[in-house]
Amino acid sequence: MKHTLTALLQDRPGALNRTVSLFRRRGFNIESLSVAPSETPGLSRVTIVVDEPNIDRVVKQFTRLIEVVDVSETTSQRAVERETALVKVQPRGVTPAELTALGAAAGARVVDADEAAMIFEITDTPDTVATFVHGLRELGLVAVTRTGRVVMPRGEVPLAIPTTSVPFTSQADGASDDVAA
Amino acid sequence: MTNASELRTGAQILCEALIREGVEVMFGIPGGAIMPFYHAMWEYRDRLRHVLCRHEQGAGHAAEGYARASGRVGVCIATSGPGATNLVTPIADAWMDSTPLVAITGQVSSALLGTDAFQETDITGITIPITKHGYLVTDARDIPRVVREAFHLASTGRPGPVLIDVTKDAQQTRVAPNWDVELDLPGYQFFTDPTPHAVHAAATLLAGAVKPLILAGNGVIQSGASRQLLAFAEATRVPVITTLHGKGAFPEDHELALGMPGMHGWVHVNRAIQECDLLINIGGRFDDRVTGKASTFAPKARIVHVDVDGSEIGKLVRADVGIVGDAREVLSELLRLVVADATLLREAGRDDGRFRTRALWLAEIRQMQTEHKPRQAYAQRPHTAALMPHDVYDALDASLRDRTDGRGARVITDVGQHQMWAAQLIEWRKPRTHITSGGAGTMGFAVPAALGAALACPDETIWVVVGDGGFQMTNQELATIRQERVHNVKVAIINNGYLGMVRQWQELFEGRRYSGTPLSGPCFARLADAYGLRGLTVERTEDVRDAIALAWDHHESVVIDFRVEREANVFPMVPAGKSIGEMITARHEPNDCNDRNNHHETLRT
Repeated sequence: MKHTLTALLQDRPGALNRTVSLFRRRGFNIESLSVAPSETPGLSRVTIVVDEPNIDRVVKQFTRLIEVVDVSETTSQRAVERETALVKVQPRGVTPAELTALGAAAGARVVDADEAAMIFEITDTPDTVATFVHGLRELGLVAVTRTGRVVMPRGEVPLAIPTTSVPFTSQADGASDDVAA
Repeated sequence: MTNASELRTGAQILCEALIREGVEVMFGIPGGAIMPFYHAMWEYRDRLRHVLCRHEQGAGHAAEGYARASGRVGVCIATSGPGATNLVTPIADAWMDSTPLVAITGQVSSALLGTDAFQETDITGITIPITKHGYLVTDARDIPRVVREAFHLASTGRPGPVLIDVTKDAQQTRVAPNWDVELDLPGYQFFTDPTPHAVHAAATLLAGAVKPLILAGNGVIQSGASRQLLAFAEATRVPVITTLHGKGAFPEDHELALGMPGMHGWVHVNRAIQECDLLINIGGRFDDRVTGKASTFAPKARIVHVDVDGSEIGKLVRADVGIVGDAREVLSELLRLVVADATLLREAGRDDGRFRTRALWLAEIRQMQTEHKPRQAYAQRPHTAALMPHDVYDALDASLRDRTDGRGARVITDVGQHQMWAAQLIEWRKPRTHITSGGAGTMGFAVPAALGAALACPDETIWVVVGDGGFQMTNQELATIRQERVHNVKVAIINNGYLGMVRQWQELFEGRRYSGTPLSGPCFARLADAYGLRGLTVERTEDVRDAIALAWDHHESVVIDFRVEREANVFPMVPAGKSIGEMITARHEPNDCNDRNNHHETLRT
């Protein structure tokens, strides 16, 4: 079962390393991962699509990381999901013009072209992007770069937001009944 | 303009930051990349004691022993490269047992990072999976904040190890330290106070329970909740089980104390778990050594799981009620609800029948206990006059009872048969008196951990119970014990000439193929002598008591080599991966029985 998690990650050396290391050692299978600056300076927004039946366990473990400020799960009903792909094609059995028309029908546009190859860009739901890419396989597809999924909840539902207050207590001296008489 | 006299090297700032955190003792070994820190340390030596260990693993375990005995953060130090990698085992050990530890490592200069410089190792990368957090410090100005955050992280919430890797240039640079630093940990949250709703749900389950049990784990000791646990158990008359790391959380001479569960738990404890209708786990993490096959664990019970780390709840065993919070706060709240409930009943003139049903439940468990006496496997002696391991434990347990009226004592155990015998056969009564490597199961833990405990508790006697295998992994720290004039460590080696627990498995499950387990060693008494300590060898049962008495009274640290029966086993035993309802309770002597496939007495419940 695939789940989409978004998190805010402190932009510090090693933060992404810790995230990926956690998913690896707990055996959570990452299908896609996207990291880029968020609206808050110093915090990156991470979108992870993970294939794991017990998503609650993933969220709890992910939240434990010190640099992870917030984690939320989004579902496709409640959020806009998008993915971008760049697809390089060397047309085979079709003309470039036919291919351009085909792409336009799917919402993809040609962003680069010469005699040898053309590059399509498509931004859509992950399923639509996957269908488009699959359709090009028979028509001369040579390379694909996909961003992985990014999401934004609909309406007022917040995405992961930073919590501010950090409780602080100085080092305990050991509790009173800890002393062996 | 900054006055030049206010400038401090990063190394000096590090020393001052540690003093500000209340650090008094550190365990370590110097080397190239950490030398500036050692240079600065000399100026602070009256406030910041450095203990030179013989191996970084020893330094790490000593810091763990210090932390576990005192409840404070342990500090260990190593240089870059191999110094740092030698700390990996104790860091992993601290991670598994939630021990507050700050490990400080030197790192090559920042200009050399990533170039495979001499003694460069990516220790922050290596320790990612086994630390609560880690820092690579390349700027001396970050040291006050990083040290403060590291101690905060190591000691709060669920405690654990934090690594601070400091480049050599960051130790050398002179800057004006800014001590007025804010913690920058927006992602770090822990909840000590439980939600009222969850506590209420737990109290409701308890009110309706006929056969409830409390399972007390490490969290009770870590949060200092023993008193609250005692009050709660007495107010509710619920029997208490203590896990290996919960030993000492509840006095085992109490009428409600049942003992240890799990792989080497007593039969009546495991049976009680399989029979109970409510299990309240406070600060335990349902380790597989406790649960056996988790899907068959406590099949009739509703489960209440209390843990300060929310990710533990529901991780291995389902929880009907999960309470995220500090054990002490949760127990106080539960007690308050229970007392209020009892008062209401009393004021209404109604009899509280629960106490009668719980007395019946306790009687049922005690009946199981008479049928399967805890020590019954050890009552059978082989047909030799050999010194049996339990003879040593009986004498040690008696001496701990007799000798600790005035001053305290701790027992540090290693990993293996001797560890399980100690957990079973010593009556644990006080928190932080039983210190062992549980989750990681690190052989070699005990001797260095005892060094740390001895410095944390200089007026107490620190007993080490260790096998001959584990002892030989880290016994070089006896030199540290000698050099530091530590006089209160008394080592009892349970020497059976095998890696005994592996041998036991080979005996029970692998047709006695003792592959890689027979173990020789030096004369440990003479080895102790060579280190300048007192060494004794005991081979006869009748000499055990005197040797232990001598160790208590001797003014120096002592090593006793108890040459015990070589093939004694730990019973009862739940085979790995089996239900705790299936226990091997004894093994017939091989010469009594020709059929090697039918040596076990197995109980199925």
